[in-house]
Amino acid sequence: MGKILEVKGLHVSFTTFGGEVQAVRGVSFDLYKGETLAIVGESGCGKSVTAKSIMGLIPNPPGKITDGKILFKGSNLAALKDKDLRKIRGADISMIFQDPMTALNPTLTIGTQLVEGIIQHQKISRSEAQKKALEMMRLVGIPSTESRLKQYPHQFSGGMRQRIVIALALVCEPEVMIADEPTTALDVTIQAQILDLFRDIQKKTGVSIILITHDLGVVAQVADRIAVMYAGKVVETGTRRDIFYKPQHPYTKGLLNSVPRLDLENAELIPIAGSPPDLFAPPPGCPFVARCQYAMEVCDKVYPLKTKYGKEHHVNCWLQDERAKQMLASQR
Amino acid sequence: MTKYLVKRFIAMLITLWLIITLTFFLMHALPGSPFNEERSTSEAVQKNLEAHFNLDKPVPVQYIEYLKSVIQFDFGPSIKKSSQTVNELLGRGFPVSFELGFVTLTVAILSGITLGVLAALRHNGLIDYMAMTIAVLGISIPNFVFATLLIQQVAVNWELLPVATWKSWRHMVLPTLALATGPMAIIARLTRSSMLEVLTQDYILTAKAKGLTPAKIVLKHALKNALLPVVTVLGSLAAGILTGTFVIEKIFAIPGMGKYFVDSINNRDYPVIMGTTIFYSTLLIFLLFLVDVAYGLLDPRIKLHKKEAK
Repeated sequence: MGKILEVKGLHVSFTTFGGEVQAVRGVSFDLYKGETLAIVGESGCGKSVTAKSIMGLIPNPPGKITDGKILFKGSNLAALKDKDLRKIRGADISMIFQDPMTALNPTLTIGTQLVEGIIQHQKISRSEAQKKALEMMRLVGIPSTESRLKQYPHQFSGGMRQRIVIALALVCEPEVMIADEPTTALDVTIQAQILDLFRDIQKKTGVSIILITHDLGVVAQVADRIAVMYAGKVVETGTRRDIFYKPQHPYTKGLLNSVPRLDLENAELIPIAGSPPDLFAPPPGCPFVARCQYAMEVCDKVYPLKTKYGKEHHVNCWLQDERAKQMLASQR
Repeated sequence: MTKYLVKRFIAMLITLWLIITLTFFLMHALPGSPFNEERSTSEAVQKNLEAHFNLDKPVPVQYIEYLKSVIQFDFGPSIKKSSQTVNELLGRGFPVSFELGFVTLTVAILSGITLGVLAALRHNGLIDYMAMTIAVLGISIPNFVFATLLIQQVAVNWELLPVATWKSWRHMVLPTLALATGPMAIIARLTRSSMLEVLTQDYILTAKAKGLTPAKIVLKHALKNALLPVVTVLGSLAAGILTGTFVIEKIFAIPGMGKYFVDSINNRDYPVIMGTTIFYSTLLIFLLFLVDVAYGLLDPRIKLHKKEAK
């Protein structure tokens, strides 16, 4: 499988009254054709900012991509002008937002909102676009007649609206779909339906999906590969198996431990103590050092390099460094 | 819908009746009468005059008789401008006031919304500061000051446009400008704050993510949602402007109906007071109804006939 999207050393900063916030500090990952890549991490770790950077939706000012490349089909999206980026937005790369209750314009019909996206990118007539919109509605599981297209968002339920938002994202048959917490605002049964829909759509259209979430339950269900983010950096990447069965970074382990378990009796929920570092002045070393129970002297000073652990499994942690392993062995 | 309209119409009539009643009794509670003047008339003449205008009867009787004539759309004769009826006065004055008011409103709405949208799009930029400076000036400078300044500069110093009177479109320019700045400023400020709020909504981000052009996002997605508060003020604003303004019509010697509002009260010209009040109220009530209809058109979540839909 070939790469469809490459993010290389992405840096994004926001200028605020208090100074410069470095929200994303050197994020790199690849997205392969037809796969689902999950980006996980706690609130404020830079997942959404990374996603919005790919779409060129970082409000500027105050936000700015300060460094790095976003390579898509031979062009660097980070360097493109808004005018050129507009041709890619919605057509080649599309995005789904968190809250379906607010993501649709309340004063326009569903049909209008679907059709305007098609007409923006494809040279087809309104009636053809309408046909396409209907097809898309059926694909996302809304048994729709034409009268349904004439309805307004408030006439649909939350789950239905998220389906419409997904239809909106798919209507121009994009190659990459970025879903920013698509199930967070939905209740659990609807959440399961929407995740099924994702798998179904991927099978039918072959779209590559970047799924941004903090919900490891969701990740376990749909992700092929996972990138774990912490304080604006990717700290561990790997296949779903790698991350869930052989987590290497102490933060990933902490995340997995803090998932509420219903299947085990007396299972204790173990939170990660402390809080993430201040991104006004990020630490020079590993950002997780203050919360890490295995922290060494070097962790405080130098950021660990990416170390290969398995075939697809990479981790940025000094514990994986050969020297650290030797030291631990000699201490024993 | 028909049921709603009928209900609404009945409510309008009741409102109007309340206004008529209140105004009628308040007006008669005012001290003095139409015939209190510096040069005193003999008692016999006064008696005759009062009898002629039905003023010698008790107030409740006058009230009933007035209601009867109003139902037939007869607002009675003017006491001060003898030989003219109130219907004639309004019939002559209103078209002029309406013409000026309509042009003024068009100018104020178009420029106000444009200014507000530009200011919101360039939030905290140069255009924003300029637009808001214009808006603050427009709200704080009284229109008679602005009107006299315009006359002095444009008409007297530059001799570009006529000073006053009401003949051709060239006569309309200055009064329109003087009258439009205030409403324009109000609309601009409202549009700006409302647009700023709408532009941060999630659906604007969705529209951007679809790859729509900025123009489409602003005109199709943002403006429609931002116009609700603007439409709300438009009802009462329009009623005020369309029925003419005393000051501007005086300054530019425009034969509109604005002067009757003030003159009639000074003169205790009872039929004219009632006539102008009823006319103004009717227009206002009707415009407020139009505003409600516009709500429903702008925002599908607002239904006019909710009960019927159930």
